[in-house]
Amino acid sequence: MAIKDSTAVDVAVDRFHPEGRVQRPSGAARRRRILRRLTPYLFIAAAVALLVLLTYWPAANLLYFSVTDWDGLDQDLNYVGADNYVRVFTDPRIFEVFYVSLYYFGASFIQIGLALYFATILSFNTRFKNFFRGVLFFPYLINGVAIGFVFLYLFQPDGTLDTVLSWFGLADPPQWVGDPDIANWSLAGTSVWRYMGMNFVLFLGAIQSIPSDIYEAAELDGANKWQQFWAIILPGIRRILGLCFVLSIAGSLSVFEIPFIMTGGANGTSTFVIQTIQTAFTHRQVGIASAMAIVLLAIVLAVTFVQRKLFPDEKVDLT
Amino acid sequence: MTKKALAGVATFAAAAIALSGCTGGAADDDPSNTIDGEVAGDLTIITWRTDLVENGQFDEYIAAFEEQYPDVSVEVEAITDYAGEMQTRLTTDNYGDVIGIPASVQPDQFEQFLEPIGEKADFAETHRFLNGASYDGTQYGLAIGGNANGVLYNKRVFEEAGVTALPTTPEAFLAALQQVKDGTDAIPMYTNYKDGWPLGQSFGNLGGVTANPDAASEMAEDPAPWSEGKDMYAIDGLLYDAVAAGLTEEDPLTTNWEQSKVDLATGKIGAMTLGSWAISQFQDAAEANGASADDIGYMAFPSNVDGAQYSVIAGDYNLGISRHSESKAAAWAWIQWFIEESGFAENEAMISTMASAPLPENLAGLEEAGVQLMEMNPAPAGEEGLLNEVSSDSQVDLFGNIYRQELVDVARGAADGDKESFFADLNERWGASVERLAG
Repeated sequence: MAIKDSTAVDVAVDRFHPEGRVQRPSGAARRRRILRRLTPYLFIAAAVALLVLLTYWPAANLLYFSVTDWDGLDQDLNYVGADNYVRVFTDPRIFEVFYVSLYYFGASFIQIGLALYFATILSFNTRFKNFFRGVLFFPYLINGVAIGFVFLYLFQPDGTLDTVLSWFGLADPPQWVGDPDIANWSLAGTSVWRYMGMNFVLFLGAIQSIPSDIYEAAELDGANKWQQFWAIILPGIRRILGLCFVLSIAGSLSVFEIPFIMTGGANGTSTFVIQTIQTAFTHRQVGIASAMAIVLLAIVLAVTFVQRKLFPDEKVDLT
Repeated sequence: MTKKALAGVATFAAAAIALSGCTGGAADDDPSNTIDGEVAGDLTIITWRTDLVENGQFDEYIAAFEEQYPDVSVEVEAITDYAGEMQTRLTTDNYGDVIGIPASVQPDQFEQFLEPIGEKADFAETHRFLNGASYDGTQYGLAIGGNANGVLYNKRVFEEAGVTALPTTPEAFLAALQQVKDGTDAIPMYTNYKDGWPLGQSFGNLGGVTANPDAASEMAEDPAPWSEGKDMYAIDGLLYDAVAAGLTEEDPLTTNWEQSKVDLATGKIGAMTLGSWAISQFQDAAEANGASADDIGYMAFPSNVDGAQYSVIAGDYNLGISRHSESKAAAWAWIQWFIEESGFAENEAMISTMASAPLPENLAGLEEAGVQLMEMNPAPAGEEGLLNEVSSDSQVDLFGNIYRQELVDVARGAADGDKESFFADLNERWGASVERLAG
């Protein structure tokens, strides 16, 4: 507030002395004024510098590596033009793995459905509401690596899951991560368990931002909960719902930690990011791996763009 | 207020300059800083043996060294993810004085990172395992010791199953595993598929199968190494056949390396393909779990050439001197002392790098069975890195686990294909890269 006021005074002074002469033309005052003008920039300078240093500079490097044949170590980098990109697009083994993303994409619908269901239920007056909210959000707070290990034990032959199933008389369960037909579903299920809490909290926040008088009006009009859901909640959170779909598409294209920890990408569960890591660090082809990373970025941007074109960001009007 | 902000920005800028300044060392300027100079100064040793640093063994080595060279002050830095972290460290100038040369450094890159320690020919009479750290006749490092390659097995399990003579052909080996499966509760052979890296251990047998010390350099130019009668066909074929016959663990996706040591030592697993470095670890596991260290046996890869069996011996990590070291003479003194006098190879039951030293006791089993130890010939000058290059380019990770996991998947029916189609595919990928790199 104080800064704003004094700036106004300075500007006023300037207007009366167009040549730039001020009432106190000492050098110290002028310096102080320049500093004052600079202050906001100085404040953001640290943040911008960190952003450039840690985000844009590495990204620029990535772009640069993607047109070289770097092996991650050599001090000489040779420019190879678009060769790496040609290799990425012509090697069928590289794009094959996007097939695996479909499992996670399919699972993301289940994830969003479940999150929406719980968010709606728990936004009404339910018993132990806050406890259940905590329980549902909790998995998202756990370290992804820890989750990978926990589920690895869960899925082991004669592990927790098999034991629980046997109580219900389900003997002879399949190998949850050993059977290639089931492995991706097991991993996608783990992913749903981990990330549902995130969607849940987003939905819950959106639902609670709907003014309560609308519900009251609906109740006075005799609408039941189901009708309230369709007529009020769903349209009210449409934007968040759209956002969640964008995030889940981008997420299912770049799945990484759960399959990496649980199978290391073996048994047909490799994803594009795992393959990028293997290309860079196992096969020592950092150039090609950088090109793969850029291609993934381009694909995610394209998908998001298409999604935004198909479902534009309409203004929500509940009245 | 503004002054503080300014100061903050200035500090930040200074820190950034200091950070980038770190990489601009001036170690190369001093002409007296050579390996023949004065043995004095501070020495930083970077090691992958976190276990030795934690249990105090490394401190004993350091104390013994400092007693002999009182002008040198040694510090050790142990890294858990050694190979991964060193790859990043090497892009700076700051990677200690003595390092184990990471496998990711290709022979033609040695000069970029390491100080030459002499002509290869000068060491040929006295040292074993020189090939791993030499390029174009120049030696850049010395192996800390060496290992034999073959199969680790539990003697008690094999006895119980009625296997009396050690198998010397792949067929006899599979028959023995079948006997283990029928006669005991043990898993005949364990792949360690999930941890992955143990799958790459069998690659160490390249050359031993056909008693061909040039097998590695020949493979680098062979358009179809996975053809019958060649080393790779026998090595990977054995894994394939064992998995296909159901002689390995039931669910390979849930294996665990640490647990597998205990399981083999206590007789729940019959055999594993591993280098001889593993023997002492398995013996420790046996003692710690109430079994006998004598149960751990070691045999050559089940193959023979006219009745004779061969086991390839090769160097472990090589110790090298950083090109940016400020006390190269002290670093060189450490390497020589560590290999010749520290007693490290004996403590670890490795084959000593010194040609005059006797073989370790744990290889007595190989000697008794009449197995001949063989060292591979060096690659032709200028082609030292060719095998690695073909491996990278074709993405057939010879030293790793990715393609062998696919092989296990095919063998257990979890992926499409059979032995012929899988090996044909490998040959095709390998052959294409051989052609690309030769042309």
